[in-house]
Amino acid sequence: MNLIALASVLFGIGLLGVLVRRDIVAVLASIEVMLGGATVLLVGLGVSVRGASVSIEGIALMVVVVIAAEAAVALALLVAVARRMHTTRIDDLTEVKG
Amino acid sequence: MGVFVTAPWISVALPVLLAVIVVFLGRVSKVLVPWIASLGPLAVLATGVGSLLAIPKPGARWFDAGFSARVEPWTSTLASQGQVVWFKVGALALTVGWSVDTLAAVMLVVVGVVALMVMIFSVGYMHGDSGWARYYALLCLFTGSMTLLVIGNSFTTLFIGWELVGACSYLLIGFWYQKPSASRAAVKAFLTTRVGDIGLLVGLGVLWAALGTLGYVPVMAGIGRMSPAVVTTVAICIAIGAIGKSAQFPLHIWLPDAMEGPTPVSALIHAATMVAAGVYLIARTWPLFEAAPAAQTLLLTVGTISALGAGLAAIAQHDIKKVLAYSTISQLGFMFAALGVGAWTVAFFHLVTHAAFKAMLFLASGSVIHGAETQDMREMGGLRKAMPVTFVIWLIGVGALVGIPPLSGFFSKDLVLDSVWAKQPLVAMLLFATVFVTGLYSARATRLTFFGERRVEGHAHESGASMLVPLAILAVPAALLGFAGPWLFERLGELPEKLSVPISGIAVAIALAGVAAGWLMEAGESADEALESRFGLAWHASQSAFGWNAVVDTLVVRPTVAACRILWSIVDRFLIDGTVEGSAIFASWLGKIGSSWETGDVQNYGALIALGVAVLLAVTLWMGR
Repeated sequence: MNLIALASVLFGIGLLGVLVRRDIVAVLASIEVMLGGATVLLVGLGVSVRGASVSIEGIALMVVVVIAAEAAVALALLVAVARRMHTTRIDDLTEVKG
Repeated sequence: MGVFVTAPWISVALPVLLAVIVVFLGRVSKVLVPWIASLGPLAVLATGVGSLLAIPKPGARWFDAGFSARVEPWTSTLASQGQVVWFKVGALALTVGWSVDTLAAVMLVVVGVVALMVMIFSVGYMHGDSGWARYYALLCLFTGSMTLLVIGNSFTTLFIGWELVGACSYLLIGFWYQKPSASRAAVKAFLTTRVGDIGLLVGLGVLWAALGTLGYVPVMAGIGRMSPAVVTTVAICIAIGAIGKSAQFPLHIWLPDAMEGPTPVSALIHAATMVAAGVYLIARTWPLFEAAPAAQTLLLTVGTISALGAGLAAIAQHDIKKVLAYSTISQLGFMFAALGVGAWTVAFFHLVTHAAFKAMLFLASGSVIHGAETQDMREMGGLRKAMPVTFVIWLIGVGALVGIPPLSGFFSKDLVLDSVWAKQPLVAMLLFATVFVTGLYSARATRLTFFGERRVEGHAHESGASMLVPLAILAVPAALLGFAGPWLFERLGELPEKLSVPISGIAVAIALAGVAAGWLMEAGESADEALESRFGLAWHASQSAFGWNAVVDTLVVRPTVAACRILWSIVDRFLIDGTVEGSAIFASWLGKIGSSWETGDVQNYGALIALGVAVLLAVTLWMGR
C-alpha cells in the first residue's frame, strides 16, 4: 500500500514538472520521474500478487533498461533541437501553432 | 414554280438556309452576297404568285349588302396544305403545318416584293458596311420567318413565326450595336412587343384549355362550343398581341425608336411586313372576332386613338424617319379601325397598298438620307434639284399616303372611311380629322426636305441605280394598286364596297386642305422656330408624342425597375447571397475558434491530456461504483 502511495506521489511530481517547467531538460527529467513512479507501481503491485509465474523484479529491471534507452534517444533529439533552434526553452518551440 | 406552290415550306426553309450560307459566303465574296440572298424573297414571291394562279376564282359567294359573317378560317380554296406532328403529350398532339389561301398568298407577294426591293436597295445603301453579310443573313432569316407566320395553318405555327420575326426585328434595329441608342431601341422594341406577345400567349393558352387544339380549322369550328365570355377573352388576348406587334396605342412607343435601325430595314420590317402581321393575324382569325363584339370595339378604339394621336405626333418631328414612323402607326390605326367595324377585307386592302407606298417612302427617305447625309429635315431643303428622281418618287408616295386620286392610298383609305362611316359616324369624324393631319405632316415634310434652299453647307447627290431601280419598281404598285381592289375583294370572297362619292370627295377636300395648311406652315425661313414659340405647349406635346413615353416610363418602367431592385436586394443579395456567404463566414469562424486551441505549446496539450485522463478516470470510477 505504501509503495502504491509512493508511486502516485512520484507520478504526480513528475506530471507537475512536465506541465510547469520551461526547460526541456527539466521536462525530460520530470518524464523520467513519472516513469520511475510507474515502475515503482509495477513492483508494488507485483509484490501484492504472490504466486505469479513471472518474476516482477525481472520485468521491472527490463523497464528500467528501456527507460534508460529512451532517455538516451530523447537526449539525442534534445541536442538536435538545441542546435537547430538555438533554444532549450519549451515555450519557444511552437512550430505547430494553428 | 410548281414545287413552290405544292410545298410552300421550301419558301421558309430556303431563306433560313440562305441566311446561314450568306454568313459564310461573306468571307469569300462580298459581291455575291446580295445575289444569293435575293433567292429567298424570290422563292417567297414564287410561292405567292404561283398560289394565286393555282387558286380558282371563287364562285358566286356574294351577299347583298355589308360584310358577310365569315365562319371558316380560309378565305378561298387552298393552293396547298400539309402538316406534321411536332410533338405528342399523351393523347394531345401539337402540329405544325401550312395552308395557303388567297389571304396568305397576297401577303406572300407583299413580303416577297418588298423584301426583294429592300435587298436590291441595300446594295447601294449599305455599301461598305462592316456588317454586310450579317445584314443580308438577317434579312433572309426575317423573310423566312415572316413566310412561316403567313402560311401557318395553326396558332402554333403562327406563334413560332411571330416570335422569330420579333427576334429578327430586335437584331436589325440593333444592327449598329456600337451605337448605345440603337441597342437601347432594340431592347425597347423587343420588350414592348413582348408585352403584346404575352397577351397572345395567354389567349392561346385559353384556347388550348377550352378546345385542346390550336389549329385554325378546329378552333373556328369550335367557336360555337365555347361560351361567349371565353371567345371574347381569346379575341381580346389575340388583339393585344396584334396591338403590340402593329405598334398601336398604348404599345406603340417602340416603333419611333426602332428607326435607329438601317432605313431599308425600317421599310421592310417596320412599315410593310412585320408591323402588318397584327392586322394579318386578326384578318386570319376573323371568325373569332366576328363572335366577340367587345374585341371589335377594342380594335376600333385603339385604332382611332393611334391614327389620330400618331398623326398629330408626326407634325412636329425633325427626323424624316420619325415622321414616317408616326405616319405608319397612324396608317396601321386606320387598318385597326376598319377591323373594328368588321371590314377585314378593307383593312387587308389598306395593308397591301400601305405596304407598297410606305415601303417606297421609307426607301425614298433612305435615298434622301444617303444623298444628304443627314436625317434631320432642318438640315435638308432644296433637294428636288439635287435628287430629282427621288423627289418624284417621294411625291407619288406622299400622294398615296395623303389619298390623292388615283394613287393607291386614295382607294384603300376611302374604303376604310366608308366602312367606319357606315357603322360609327362619330369615330369616322376622328378619322377625317386624321386625314387632315396626314396631309399636314406630309406637306410639311415634303416642303422641308425638297423645297426652298439647302439650310446647311453640304453637297447632296442623287443615289445610284441600285437604289433608284427598286424605288421606281415600287412606284408602280404604290400608284396603281388601288385599282386592284375589286379583284382582291372578289378573290377574298367578300362583297366589294363601292366608293361612295360624297365621302371620297369630302376626304380628298380635307386632305388637300391639310396639304395646304402643312405647306403654309413651313413658309419662310426657320418656320419651325416661329411655330415653336407661337404654339409652345402644343408643339412640344406633338414633338414628344404627348409624353406617352414619359408616362410609360413613370408608370411601368420605373416601378418595374424599382420592384426588381427590391427583389434583388431582398431575395438575391440577402437570402441567396446571404446563405452562401453566411455559410462561408460560419465555417471560417468555426475554424478560427478551433485553431485558437492549437497553441503549439506542448505543455498546453499535455495539461489537456492530463485533464482528459483525469476526467475519464473520474467518470470510470463514478460509473463503476
